[in-house]
Amino acid sequence: MVAMSVTTDAPLHGAATPAVKIVAQGVDVFYGDKLALNHVDITINNHEVTAFIGPSGCGKSTFLRCFNRTNDTIPSCRVSGSVTIDGQDIYAPSIDVARLRTRVGMVFQKPNPFPKSIYENVAYGPRIHGMASSRTALDEIVESSLYRAGLWDEVKDRLSQSGTGISGGQQQRLCIARAIAINPEVILMDEPCSALDPIATAKIEELIDDLRSQYSIVIVTHNMQQAARVSQRTAFFHLGKLVEFGDTEQVYTNPAEQRTQDYITGRFG
Amino acid sequence: MAQGGDQIETLGQEVRVTFKLDERRLRHRHAAETRFRFYGLLGIALAVLALGVLLVTIVAKGHTAFFQSRVVVDVFFDPALIDPEASGDPKILAKGNYGAIAKRSLSALFPEVSGRRDKRALTRLLSDGAARELRGMVITNPGLIGSSQTRSLLVSDDVDMLRKGHISRDIPETQRALSDKQLAWLDALAEEGRLKSSFALGFFTSGDSREPELAGIGSATMGSLWTILTCLLLSVPLGVMTAVYLEEFAARNRWTDLIEVNINNLAAVPSIVFGLLGLAVFLNVFGMPRSAPLVGGMVLALMTLPTVIIASRAALMSVPPSTRDAALSVGASPMQVVLHHVLPLAMPGIMTGTIIGMARALGETAPLLMIGMVAFIVDVPDGPLDPATALPVQIYIWADSPERGFVEKTSAAIMVLLAFLILMNTSAVLIRQRFEKRW
Amino acid sequence: MSLTILLFVLLGLSALAFYLGRQRAVMAVGGELRRLHSLPSYHGAYVAIWCSVPALLTIVVWAVLESHVADFLVVGDLPESYTGMPADAKGLLLNDIHNLANGLNTGGNIKPAVQAAADNLVRYRAIATAALTIVALAVAFLGLLYARRRITSAFHARDAVERALSILLIISSTVAIFTTIGIVLSLLFESIRFFAKVPIYDFLFGLQWSPQTAIRADQVGATGSFGAIPLFVGTLLVTVIAMLVAAPIGLMSAIYLSEYASPRLRAITKPVLEVLAGVPTVVYGFFAAITVTPMLREVGAGIGLDVASESALAAGLVMGIMIIPFVSSLSDDVINAVPQTMRDGSLALGATPSETIKRVVLPAALPGVVAAILLAISRAIGETMIVVMAAGLAANMTANPLQAVTTVTVQIVTLLVGDQEFDSAKTLAAFALGLVLLLVTLALNVVALRVVRRYREIYE
Repeated sequence: MVAMSVTTDAPLHGAATPAVKIVAQGVDVFYGDKLALNHVDITINNHEVTAFIGPSGCGKSTFLRCFNRTNDTIPSCRVSGSVTIDGQDIYAPSIDVARLRTRVGMVFQKPNPFPKSIYENVAYGPRIHGMASSRTALDEIVESSLYRAGLWDEVKDRLSQSGTGISGGQQQRLCIARAIAINPEVILMDEPCSALDPIATAKIEELIDDLRSQYSIVIVTHNMQQAARVSQRTAFFHLGKLVEFGDTEQVYTNPAEQRTQDYITGRFG
Repeated sequence: MAQGGDQIETLGQEVRVTFKLDERRLRHRHAAETRFRFYGLLGIALAVLALGVLLVTIVAKGHTAFFQSRVVVDVFFDPALIDPEASGDPKILAKGNYGAIAKRSLSALFPEVSGRRDKRALTRLLSDGAARELRGMVITNPGLIGSSQTRSLLVSDDVDMLRKGHISRDIPETQRALSDKQLAWLDALAEEGRLKSSFALGFFTSGDSREPELAGIGSATMGSLWTILTCLLLSVPLGVMTAVYLEEFAARNRWTDLIEVNINNLAAVPSIVFGLLGLAVFLNVFGMPRSAPLVGGMVLALMTLPTVIIASRAALMSVPPSTRDAALSVGASPMQVVLHHVLPLAMPGIMTGTIIGMARALGETAPLLMIGMVAFIVDVPDGPLDPATALPVQIYIWADSPERGFVEKTSAAIMVLLAFLILMNTSAVLIRQRFEKRW
Repeated sequence: MSLTILLFVLLGLSALAFYLGRQRAVMAVGGELRRLHSLPSYHGAYVAIWCSVPALLTIVVWAVLESHVADFLVVGDLPESYTGMPADAKGLLLNDIHNLANGLNTGGNIKPAVQAAADNLVRYRAIATAALTIVALAVAFLGLLYARRRITSAFHARDAVERALSILLIISSTVAIFTTIGIVLSLLFESIRFFAKVPIYDFLFGLQWSPQTAIRADQVGATGSFGAIPLFVGTLLVTVIAMLVAAPIGLMSAIYLSEYASPRLRAITKPVLEVLAGVPTVVYGFFAAITVTPMLREVGAGIGLDVASESALAAGLVMGIMIIPFVSSLSDDVINAVPQTMRDGSLALGATPSETIKRVVLPAALPGVVAAILLAISRAIGETMIVVMAAGLAANMTANPLQAVTTVTVQIVTLLVGDQEFDSAKTLAAFALGLVLLLVTLALNVVALRVVRRYREIYE
């Protein structure tokens, strides 16, 4: 089994991969006049899982969406401040959003496979970006993506079956395979397990841990135990502000802020 | 495999390779995006343009029909021509030779005109309706007999068209509707300030006529009114009752499914087939009178029925079940629940659907052609059983007529029809906005 | 008395019945309304229903039967020489008699026997009207008496009234079915009579359409050919042109409006499309004849093409414009039904919005779009006024859109408008054409429905 990966833009050709992947400084997000995120500073490290936790409506999903500019699709949404990936400001006017999204992939809360076959679901991204020059190349990409997503053995005999005809957990892994297929550098996950049963959740958490070696992962979750299990760094958001950010172990056992302590011990949220 | 870059096969390890081809492809993709958006806008622009051209053409051709040309003359109500024995009998007054009176009032202005041909050419500048108008004046006011009054008389449609710029003076005389002599007389009249335009009330009040300048939409509008009234009185009760039954009372079994499928199919049947039904059943089997708005209304009612049913069902469905539950819990019978609670709440939606259905029925032509409402109707119908025509049918009839004068009449009739439709649709929207409750 | 007066009298009688019934109910419990099962108004309504409904039914049945019975009697009274006439001539004769009886001048010499028949008809009608009045009023009265007698303090008037209302509801629901049955039967019946005169094979596959029939047996040049293929070809040509206009414009408008347009653009465009949909087809026909045709002729002359004064292109273009809102609104619905998460997923993979639409949204919405197009085709085929006013009467079998063609609907109108004897092959042909039209449009409808049901994406 050959693991081939081709990526689109490499800012540092051949050099050692940097430690810090994403840097956000002074990020404010407005919905119309309402301030949803207030002056957030954060750094996401490479090959690490960073978890955003906090009660509902605290802005963690909104902040996540800033990293691949999905907020652009909401007309009333305005983002100010700076977000850089590998030193590049992703909100600069010269940035090609389509290309950005090949570097920063996303998995959504509710699995959303296309109403196409499993094969076509995974092949969609590579197809439109012209990543495979032949059918065999495409087959390899599909196979390796499904393999890395831990789905290959389960679906290898039914690749032509509809992507919506498999179980919820499998669908989510399909979506992860789909995101991996275009070989991003960062994978954003917006509460990926909240619609899944515990067994499927466990599988996905295992997968996240595997994927860490190749990608930087940012995961939004309202499940604190999950965050504790999978992440190395944790950010706690509350009412649109970043309250505390640090090593997961430290945030959970010895939080610096009282609010963090209250949230973790279940006082609110 | 990977083009334009290095490829290295390893197991498990990855190497990042830059993709040079990417730039061009990305540019193409963005260009495709721009083109796609352009096509979308183009589609919208074409649709808007089509409507604009349609409306502008109609208004441009039709707005002149609301004004008519008249000639101001001195009319001598010669008793010898009207009532030689001074009987005062209205029947005799009605039979007076008003044509001659009109003729003489015009020829009095051109005493130099002689010879039968020239005299007839002069008279042809007047409309036949001029005589009729004079008659009307005398019958209302017999005191006019024997007096000389200044009146404005209707001119023929050729003169009207000339004044409105539809007849060109440049084409040779043999191809023109008005001869050089007639043009000269008209110019003389114009110089004296005797030619004027007045509001064409007759357009709204008169019935059809062979002469364009006398034709009006009066009978067609009344015919449409009677037809739509009949349609309304038949389709709304039937449609609402059917919707109530299907929505509130009927069990979900094969029969109700059949009825539903039936209704959906009926909604898709072309309107002309309903006309055939009307012809075969209402006219031939039931022996009802042809050209009657009653029959037209019945045919249109059948055609509108599916629309009313579907709209009423939607309105009934939008009433939340909690209302029904609440009414039942205070002991109302199912019928009372519907009549006292559900139906009033669904009324705005039902009314909106009804108005929209009636608006569509107002514009329908083909079924009415089939049942014979395409006759030449001069008199304004008094009731739903009198022979009549409808406004869209009148438009169709006039559109076929070769006289130039009918083009502006047709366009003006279309403007009136569109005005009615806009009125109806706007009121439907207003009702929907004001009364529809958001749960 | 006349029908209207009779109806008003019945109305008054029913109001009286209502009052009497209510009165009776109140009296039955000595004023203590609590003892009644139903409100007094229900009792009143009960009596009113029994008074009015049987009488109305009598009137309706009478009205339907009267003209036929009267005609039968009148014809029976005609002298021997008339009874042997062929059916068409008899129809004309009956027409004349009717016209005379209605006071219309038929012109020309009126044979004394015919005049006598007309007088007879007037007499029969008068008798019938008088008899109807008596019978209807009698029935109403009897109904009133019967119902009133049934009112006691224990009478469940509300149940009875509500039962009557339910029956009314059920009956009204069957009107839709009867309409369909009526349409099918009438078309079928007349078509069968047509196919007795013109074989069905000649009709469906014949290449020559010139529908003339002999009015008199000795008329020369009256051989009619009823081959409908030229009509089908003409209909197809106009429909294809219309769809070539409506489908792209309608679809692209729908896509732009649902995927790209700002709320302001939507607010402007939606009403425009609704107005386009609301313009009566006769207006479109006039527009086609007055503006589009001359324009096409000028353009054609400029390029060196000869465009006929009534061309399939003009009719097709305008029909296409009429159908645009149809395609657009139906497509808009199905495109909006595709869940937003599908678009989000595609965009998150770095696809452009147009790629998302072309590769994800449209394929998902495809069954609905196909159904919309099929329904639009069905609408185009059944359209009458635009083609009547802009296309021609010449049964031309051509694929050239610049020529005049005729369609099925135009021929139906041409064959039936104007004087007709009801039994000639000419008028019956119109029903046969109507039957074909009905079957084709219904088939398209059913197929469209099937397509949506079978291939519809279930997003849950």
